[in-house]
Amino acid sequence: MKLSYKIAKRFLKSNKNQTVLIILGISVGIAVQLFISLLITGLQESLINKTIGNNSQISITSFTQDYINKEEININNLYNLDDKIEDITYYLDINSLANISDDNFNLIIRGIDDSYDSIYNLNKHITSGKIKRGNYIILSENYKNKYNLKINDAIKILANDQSTFELKISGFYKYGVKALDDTLSFMNLNDAQNLFDKKNKISSIQIGISNKNIFQADEISKNIDNYLSNNYEIDNWKENNEDLLSGLNGQSISSIIIQIFVVVSVVLGISSVLAISVMQKAKQIGILKAMGIKNKKAASIFLIQGIILGTLGAIIGIILGIILLLLFTTFATNPDNTPIVEITITYISIITAFLVAIISSILASLIPALKSCKLNPIDIIRNN
Amino acid sequence: MKNILEIRKVNKFYGDQIKNQVLFDINLLIEEGSFNAIIGASGSGKSTLLNIIGSLDVPTSGEILIGGRIESHMTSDRLAEIRNEVLGFIFQFHYLLPEFTALENVLIPYQIKHGKITKEAKQRALELLKEVGLEKVENNLASNLSGGEQQRVAIARALINNPKIILADEPTGNLDSKTTNIIYDILRNINKKYNTTFLIITHDENIAKKADRIIEIKDGKIFNDTKKD
Ligand SMILES: Nc1ncnc2c1ncn2[C@@H]1O[C@H](COP(=O)(O)OP(=O)(O)OP(=O)(O)O)[C@@H](O)[C@H]1O
Ligand SMILES: [Mg+2]
Repeated sequence: MKLSYKIAKRFLKSNKNQTVLIILGISVGIAVQLFISLLITGLQESLINKTIGNNSQISITSFTQDYINKEEININNLYNLDDKIEDITYYLDINSLANISDDNFNLIIRGIDDSYDSIYNLNKHITSGKIKRGNYIILSENYKNKYNLKINDAIKILANDQSTFELKISGFYKYGVKALDDTLSFMNLNDAQNLFDKKNKISSIQIGISNKNIFQADEISKNIDNYLSNNYEIDNWKENNEDLLSGLNGQSISSIIIQIFVVVSVVLGISSVLAISVMQKAKQIGILKAMGIKNKKAASIFLIQGIILGTLGAIIGIILGIILLLLFTTFATNPDNTPIVEITITYISIITAFLVAIISSILASLIPALKSCKLNPIDIIRNN
Repeated sequence: MKNILEIRKVNKFYGDQIKNQVLFDINLLIEEGSFNAIIGASGSGKSTLLNIIGSLDVPTSGEILIGGRIESHMTSDRLAEIRNEVLGFIFQFHYLLPEFTALENVLIPYQIKHGKITKEAKQRALELLKEVGLEKVENNLASNLSGGEQQRVAIARALINNPKIILADEPTGNLDSKTTNIIYDILRNINKKYNTTFLIITHDENIAKKADRIIEIKDGKIFNDTKKD
């Protein structure tokens, strides 16, 4: 092994230009492979995040009624149903008509408790004030600006059942999503249940799944369905986003195809260089065989050359790929200087790139290695 | 005297369609420790015979016995071991590895056998290089040596594993007469010192005359076989 390694190294050194070129070739291939795989992963993560971030992955509503009686469902049991379930919250939505400065608009008053934040991150989006016990409400900044509202201002509410209430503003929030900001307001769950005479009632239960298991939402949702009676409707994000999912799927497949082609061209590149090298070094192999080197050892010279090329190519390629990704996240930015695609460089992706380089260079050196096995020393000795 | 090498009814044909017979029923017994010259006209089959003896080529029929064992019964790995440990080759065109230095070239058969180079092995290689008069160029790349120097490195390389038999194909073919004599003296010295058997193809009458035995090949047959006492 030591001799084969020594000879392999010498052979590579004796053809410096060729060696440098092929290492560059492998590096570029591996850099592109790493870049594409991380870019697509980042792209998909940010797409999924935009679609279902600040949102739950599974929701439970009543099939037959507007409200769920909270006593019918044991939240703790639900929680223990599957350890991929990370957060559970529930809320009461009251559809109402709000009246401010003689203007009427539809407003959903959502009664929430502390658990709401674990999925919807409301506190992070509260811009002033806070949720207060009693007949207080948090309204979006949209209305604050539109009607010039302040904390402690009062608004009139006309509920579905025609009863009217007066609520005081205890703060403002901004999710930055128009559909939410235009319709939602928040108050304490207990206070909402009391105020609107919906004791123990909730509109829905929302379930958050840990990030890495997000694609198992449909299975978990089936488990919940089996656990609950038929009176409940269970929805999961995958059902509601089939277009997005098939888009992501297509993207993954095309990314993998590109990566495969890059790797194939790397393999062909190494293979052709080593095949040329076998011919260039035929005389040396013949001499070594006349000196008594065994076929397997002669073949290992070319395998080792492949591994050396692959290792150096992988190291340079991974460095190159990381530089490429850093440049991309620094220069391809939104107007507010955040990167267009948030990319995280993972150990797995680097190890994968490394293995791809090593395995493809071993594959590439198989044919040249076999060729060197077949070399007959007499052909070299005789033909000078 | 014990025979170290036996050649039994060796025939060699070349060509697939038109068969061209190069060796005809060659029989030879070579004594251990003897110094043999093989002579003959160009194209008579000398190199073919030597390559067959060295297991680099295969006879069309007949057998080669080294130390009483039949070559054609051995695996290719076993033959490689024999080439490495029992035989030493010196070719007409020296055939060094150009990527390695003189010293490294001498050590290659040793490394094939043992894997790593010991201090003693390196010392021995240096001594051999000194014996062939090359102590000054031991660290030069083989490709930077003159033809005569390369030939002498090849001789040192053939000796590194203390082979029992040395097969040399015109080892002094392209050297001047002074160097030829020096190299001949070296070979003869080794022959005496280590009882190494030599089979040397040569066109040089002076060398042939100094051998223990002259085997003359003509048109693929042994034409003359003279032993001195
Ligand atoms: N691979 C081959 N295919 C066909 N014929 C061959 C082959 N190798 C050798 N020959 C023929 O065999 C004959 C003997 O060749 P060989 O090399 O043994 O001669 P030689 O005695 O060593 O000659 P020289 O003194 O010129 O080296 C020659 O006629 C040569 O042309
Ligand atoms: Mg010849």
